[in-house]
Amino acid sequence: MTVSEAVSHPPAKRRKPLMRRKTQRRVLPWVVTILLFIVWELTVRVFDIEPFLLPSPSAIFASGWQWRWPILDNAWQTFMTTTVGFFIAVVIGLLAGIAVGSSTLVYDGFYPALIGFNTIPKVAVIPILVIWFGVGTVPAIITAFLLSFFPILVNVATGIATVEPELRDVLRALGATRWQVIKKVGLPRSMPYFFASLKVAITVAFVGSIVAETVASNKGIGNLMLVASSRFEVPLAFAGLLVTSVMGIGMYLVAEIVERRMTGWATRGSDGALGIPG
Amino acid sequence: MTEPTASRVNFVDLDRVSLRYGEDADGTLALQGTTLGVQSGEFVAVVGPSGCGKSTLMKVVTGLWPPTAGTVLVSGREVSGPLSIVGMAFQNPTLLPWRTTLDNVMLPLEIVQPHCSRLRRERAAYEAKARDLLTLVGLKGFEDRFPWQLSGGMQQRASLCRALIHDPSLLMLDEPFASLDMFTREELWLALQELWLARHPTVILVTHDLREAVFLADRVLVMSSRPGRIIAEREVDVPRPRTLDVTYEPYSVALVHELREQISVARTSVN
Repeated sequence: MTVSEAVSHPPAKRRKPLMRRKTQRRVLPWVVTILLFIVWELTVRVFDIEPFLLPSPSAIFASGWQWRWPILDNAWQTFMTTTVGFFIAVVIGLLAGIAVGSSTLVYDGFYPALIGFNTIPKVAVIPILVIWFGVGTVPAIITAFLLSFFPILVNVATGIATVEPELRDVLRALGATRWQVIKKVGLPRSMPYFFASLKVAITVAFVGSIVAETVASNKGIGNLMLVASSRFEVPLAFAGLLVTSVMGIGMYLVAEIVERRMTGWATRGSDGALGIPG
Repeated sequence: MTEPTASRVNFVDLDRVSLRYGEDADGTLALQGTTLGVQSGEFVAVVGPSGCGKSTLMKVVTGLWPPTAGTVLVSGREVSGPLSIVGMAFQNPTLLPWRTTLDNVMLPLEIVQPHCSRLRRERAAYEAKARDLLTLVGLKGFEDRFPWQLSGGMQQRASLCRALIHDPSLLMLDEPFASLDMFTREELWLALQELWLARHPTVILVTHDLREAVFLADRVLVMSSRPGRIIAEREVDVPRPRTLDVTYEPYSVALVHELREQISVARTSVN
């Protein structure tokens, strides 16, 4: 664009880069991912790295295609345990968050215990879960839940506890009950925090279920990777990793879309200033 | 103060009210022996130096804070908790960002009886009422906008509507125009005057703008610096509706000047 054009059509000048930016943002994640794979592939080929140390992307994809049915089967198991654990975490995290955020009594009483609980490495708990529930689906669900409910709880509690006193006074002056104040102000206000926490929670839920599958299961992506690496089928193990990442990104996007729908007011219609990291 | 408050029946009656924040003796004493009476339908402005306990006065009258000593009577009954016959507006518009302007204005109806139980059945009628109010303050066409899409003055107008939607008999305004520029402020004075003339609620307006107090109120009370007491009182003898020009006429200017003097005294007097 020449200078004279820019001067005579200032609105056009402004609009064009904006549209370009939009397509850029959509395409960029793909470009970066593909570039990453290309660099990886080249590195493996140029330095002639053994496939059982670091397989090339082409080998991973080939292996993934070869074992597609077992992978899909196991991925479904992981997906199922993760989402079940995640949804339990959403329900319990939301309820506990409301309780902790709206009552100083509950906050003072439970918060230290909650922090102590969250500090425990969840991997260490899995053997105990196996003693209680046996090997398989249940420990995976519980581990996914244990990892993902804490961020939800903390965020909801923060949202409710930090309601501006004036906002609360508006309702209290009208004779609103405690529960009315929570319902009309606290909960809607904590929704942006809640949805932000969902994005964290869903990704750590995957970590939980896969770790549990690795330690104590005979099914799922975690187990598949364990079996694959014990047989030196390293490309297959990597294929499992890739599938997990894809599932994680997918769930993250779902959380992001729900967030935008529900709490557009919090981003003030700035056309998604947060963006979607691919 | 010469007025024998006890002998007259007031809508709002404060008798030697004190309030101390914090339980022990070294807590901040915000109000000390405040006595004042406001008649039904009267527009009273309370002015005073900053930090003199004006906002505390609001909290005591609305029942948000119980007084440490003394009694607060509203409509002949002692105040022991928040009153639903009160409408409040603060310095910040405090609109809920996830609600449209219309829904914000209608918020009190979801809480205060008897509107609360009627709201579902008679939603259309209530909505029409809210729209009328918004039209009255010049917000027609902005009902479905969100608060953050409105200017500060518009938000404050909506906040006034919210304070009035449930037909409160007592309107408490805590420096509602303090954060606005002067032109917007004057516009809102006119809007408030119109609302008051249309509905005649009892109004207690806390402000530090003396012109505002003289323009809007029937009576101006001057508070001392902390701990707050009422130290002076002036009637504003100007017929309504008042125009903005009135505030520049000698009578008003002299009154503002006199009040200014009182506040200087209040500021310098060491308690």
